[in-house]
Order: sequence, then C-alpha cells, then structure tokens
Amino acid sequence: MEIIVLLKQVPATESFIGIADDGVSIKTEDIKWVINPYDEYAVEEALRIRSAHGGTVTIISAGPERSVEAIRTALAMGADKGILIKDPAAEKCDGLGIARILAAALKNIKFDLIIAGQRAVDDDNFQVGTAVAEFLSIPNISLVIKEEIADGKIRCCRTVEGGTVVLEAPLPALFTTQKGLNEPRYASLPGIMKAKRKPLDIKSLSDIGIDASEIGEPKAKILAMKLPPEREGGRIIKGDSSRSIAAELVKVLHEEAKVL
Amino acid sequence: MSNGVIAITEQSEGLFRKVTYEALSEGKRIAESLGCGLTAVVLGSGMENISNEPGKYGADRIIVVDNQALSEYMTDAYTNVVADIVNKENPSVLILGASSQGKDLSARLSARLNAPLAMDCVDVRVENGNIIATRPIYGGKILADLALEGKPQIVAVRPNAMSIVESSGAGEIEKLDIDVGKTDLIFVEKELDTGKVELTEADVVISGGRGMGGPDFSVIEELAELLGGAVGASRSAVDEGWRAASDQVGQTGKVVSPNLYIACGISGAIQHLAGMSTSKAIVAVNKDAEAPIFSKADYGIVGDLFEYIPLITEEIKKIKK
Ligand SMILES: Cc1cc2nc3c(=O)[nH]c(=O)nc-3n(C[C@H](O)[C@H](O)[C@H](O)COP(=O)(O)OP(=O)(O)OC[C@H]3O[C@@H](n4cnc5c(N)ncnc54)[C@H](O)[C@@H]3O)c2cc1C
Ligand SMILES: Nc1ncnc2c1ncn2[C@@H]1O[C@H](COP(=O)(O)O)[C@@H](O)[C@H]1O
Repeated sequence: MEIIVLLKQVPATESFIGIADDGVSIKTEDIKWVINPYDEYAVEEALRIRSAHGGTVTIISAGPERSVEAIRTALAMGADKGILIKDPAAEKCDGLGIARILAAALKNIKFDLIIAGQRAVDDDNFQVGTAVAEFLSIPNISLVIKEEIADGKIRCCRTVEGGTVVLEAPLPALFTTQKGLNEPRYASLPGIMKAKRKPLDIKSLSDIGIDASEIGEPKAKILAMKLPPEREGGRIIKGDSSRSIAAELVKVLHEEAKVL
Repeated sequence: MSNGVIAITEQSEGLFRKVTYEALSEGKRIAESLGCGLTAVVLGSGMENISNEPGKYGADRIIVVDNQALSEYMTDAYTNVVADIVNKENPSVLILGASSQGKDLSARLSARLNAPLAMDCVDVRVENGNIIATRPIYGGKILADLALEGKPQIVAVRPNAMSIVESSGAGEIEKLDIDVGKTDLIFVEKELDTGKVELTEADVVISGGRGMGGPDFSVIEELAELLGGAVGASRSAVDEGWRAASDQVGQTGKVVSPNLYIACGISGAIQHLAGMSTSKAIVAVNKDAEAPIFSKADYGIVGDLFEYIPLITEEIKKIKK
C-alpha cells in the first residue's frame, strides 16, 4: 500500500496573529510553526494503515524552507520519506494553485491512497484535498472518522450534520480527516533520531514537471485583511441574589440583545 | 454582462436545509446588484412537494433534476450534474451553503470548472460587477476580503451568517434530465439523529466545558431544549469522554454562529473562541472572574453554573409564558 499524506505547516493554534504592513499577509516573526492538526490525524492514520497492510508512507508538502521541520516531525512519527515542493511561484498561490502543484507532483508517483486534512487551520479553505482528487480524477470522501480497506476498496464513515454516512470507493482514492479518526502519536526520541536519516527531497516546480505559467495568478486573491470587530460588552451582570442576577441576564438578552 | 446567479440547494430528510434559504436570499441580493436573475438548482429524487419553494426566496427559475442516483449526496454524481448545468447556463456566480455537503461540492467544482472559490463566507458584496467575499481565516483571528477572478465565482456561505429574506420570484420550474455520468462512489448507509438540533444551524448554542465536572449535561440540555437550541462542548469536555467529538466547538471542531451562545464552565481558550466568535450575542457563566472568556463575552455571570443555569431556565420560562 503506497500511502501519501498531504501536509501543511501552519501557525500553532495558540499563536497571536497580526496583520503585516502590506495589509494582505500576516506577521510571521513570532510564530511557532506546527503540523496542521488535521494533517496530524492524516499521518497517524497512514501509519496505522501501513501497519495493517504494509507499504510506505510519503509526506508531501508545498511551502517555504521552514516546512522541512514539519515534514521531519512526520518522519519522526514514523513516515518513510518526505518531499517538499519549494518554489517562489508556489508561495503566492491560492488553494486551487496549491492543489494543481500537489497533483502535478503526484502524477510522477505511484500511490494507492492519499490522505489530507479537511482544512488547514491557517486559511481554513476546506479545498485543497478535494481539489487534488479532482485533478487526479480519483474519488474523494471528506470528513472521515473511520476507514476500512479490503479488496482494493476503501469504506469510510464520514460526518454530516446530525450524523454519519458510510461510503465506499475503489482505490486509488483520497479522503480527508475529521476529529475522532484517531489520537495522533508523539514523535519518540528514537523516532526523532531515525528521522534525520530518512529521505527528504526538496523539489522545484520544474523538478515535478510543471511550469509556473501553468499555475498562473491566484483566482481568489486577498485584497485586504482586517481584525474582527472587538466586543465591547464584557458586562458582568450583578445583583443582590443569584435569582436577581439570572433575571437581569434574561431581561437584557430579551430587551437589549433581542436574542430571546 | 452578467449571466446570472445560480444557487445550489440542499435537502435533508425531504426538507431544504436552513442554509439553503440563506444562500438563496444572499443569491437574490447578489443577482439584484448584478442586474440579473437568480436560478435555483434542486437535485435529488422525489422532491415534487418542495421544488417550488425557492421561488419564495426570489428564484426566477428552478432547475429540477430528479434522479434516483441523486437521492443521497455523492461528490462525483453531484459534481458531474452541477458542472453540466454550469456549462449550459454559464452563470457569473454560483452560491451554496458551506455545510459538510456544500464544502465538499464547492471544492470539487472549483477544480472541475477551474473557478475561484470563497469558502465559508460571512459577508458578500458586489463591486464593479465582481464579488468581494469576506471570510474568517486563522480560526477567525483575521477577516480576509477576497476578490474572485474567473467564472463562475463560487461562494459558499457560512451557516447562520446571512439573513433569510423572503421575496417573490417567478419560480418557473424546468425539469432537466441529466445523466449522472461516470461515478466511483457507492452509498452504503447513513445514520441520522433527526431529533437533534444541528449545532452549526442552531439559533441558540449552549456549550459546556470542563466546569461541567462530568458527563451529566442535563442542566444545559434542559435550557437548550427550552430554546430549541443545540448543546456544544469544549475540547476538554470531549477529551474527557463526556460528549461526542461531533459536539466540539472550536478551531479543531465545529464553527458555529448562533444568535445566542452561552459558554458554561468554559475558560475561553483561543482555540475555543475560534469556533464561536462570530456568534451574535455571547454569554459566559464561569466561577472564575479572571477567566478569559469574560473579555470575549457580551454578558457574564461570575458564579457556579449549576446554580445559575437552572435559575436562567426558570426566568426564561416566565417570559415565554
Ligand atoms: C491544536 C489544538 C486544538 C484545539 N482545539 C480546540 C477546540 O476546537 N475547541 C476547544 O474548546 N478547545 C480546543 N483546544 C483546547 C484549548 O486549548 C483548551 O484546553 C480548552 O478549550 C479548555 O476547555 P475548557 O474551557 O472546558 O476547560 P478549562 O480551561 O479547564 O476551563 C474550565 C473552566 O470552568 C470553570 N468552572 C469550573 N467549575 C465551574 C462551575 N461549577 N461553574 C462555572 N464555572 C466553572 C473554571 O473556572 C474554568 O474557567 C485545542 C488545543 C490545541 C493545542
Ligand atoms: N501547501 C500544502 N502542502 C501540502 N498539503 C496541503 C497544502 N495546503 C493544503 N494542503 C492539504 O489540504 C488540506 C486542506 O487544506 P486547505 O484547503 O488549505 O484548508 C490540508 O489539511 C492538507 O492536507
């Protein structure tokens, strides 16, 4: 079983995010970078599938040089090899452009299964995995909390509003992860030592056989970033008794906020 | 000139989802700004009794594709059919709800049609005939204005973010017979808890955190039921095994934007705020006056949730009478 994990390095979820002077990107100086949490589920699931079915787990990421650290962490968790696609032309892409690049890289690689996160918690696009599947003309199943592989097919349980749906797809296929799929392992110390010797190739767009002009300008382009409006409230409801406090809250929700 | 706006509708158990009405209303607003018509697309099987509904939200035309193979949402069949319709109609804008179905479908369509996508938008405006969509990124820490270049401009709207406005459209029904084309996916089964209010669509969400102290959420369940709302949870409450993973609100859980969000025994970690900060009114009940949730809440009560929530429930019953 040749398993591919699409992995993005993102700011740690607790990071303070500030807007850079250009107004269309974020300040990156003080950010701690980590593996996108949903891609951690993807790595973990890939390792479990490899234990059950044999094969190799290859991590593919498109991003700047620092993404090497995230790939190394995945290798330390147990993945076999990594590929970083690093190219100035890749850095200004939108989700569709990134998907095109990842799909191009995958055209030269043999695979049975691709696992991606449902979303990257930086751009929150929910797009790249599904778009990669389309560019490769393979089926995709999103928001998966359970999978089972047998006889060249994968059966996935995906979450939908108010419940779950079970679908089946022939391999090769792509699925995206959802909380509940697994508990990702930590990289062990021996794992970290071993990861240093695992293959990690850095490739440019021409190495994977596409020309920057094929990607083109982003179709979805950030015009401006702004901070969400601050909530002024913070009003602590006070009163003589807990009953009067509760009554006052209900009154303001009813009369002032008009949400009851 | 503009070739119109197409809204893709979505049903669950024979009824349109609330987010479909939101997408139709927003689609109508966009169509008016562009000076063009709104067409609704209804896919499924056996939808006779609801097919004309989009007319009440401004749809001038309603394209109905009734096919057994569309009775369940399947990425491949739906993408094939919608792509066919788009190729025939050549719309400027495609709008749909960013539900689990809408996110999957819009992502696949954007790749199929090589079309720009603004996912999970909270605001949309039209400038010089082009869409500018506002969407939260970095877990809502930033709002980005996105310009979309190309055709159709695909806009997926966050559930509960757009207001529903009734307006009359001709609602002319056109039945289309479209083959679903090549498909790989096979539907096996589904399991829905239809009695439960869906978290992402609820007008009121009441969430419990570690402060619940255990799996007994009955005090907040009772309040949620009274308000027709849904119960959510912090990651701590989910990790403790008190609630299902599907109840988690936050950066690695569901994103909700109800009219009223009540956080009970939740400290207000940044990852939790990411899932509820676009709620219209936020209330926090927490024992600790220093809890960060209070700086993000519109109204706060410092105290024991087990004392206050039942009192709040009683007081609401009084005004509901
Ligand atoms: C990568 C990553 C992703 C994450 N994603 C999410 C996510 O999606 N959603 C999420 O919620 N968290 C997420 N977290 C976890 C987050 O950082 C916090 O740990 C979590 O939100 C804390 O949950 P809590 O507020 O319930 O618990 P705590 O922080 O322990 O707070 C409990 C609160 O309850 C109060 N309390 C206790 N007893 C009572 C009582 N009787 N009455 C009133 N108040 C009481 C306390 O004063 C305290 O403020 C994530 C973390 C990471 C690292
Ligand atoms: N630059 C990237 N390199 C590799 N995988 C990516 C990249 N961007 C997104 N992905 C994958 O696509 C998923 C969804 O990302 P997004 O559509 O950006 O929210 C992520 O969880 C990753 O699995």
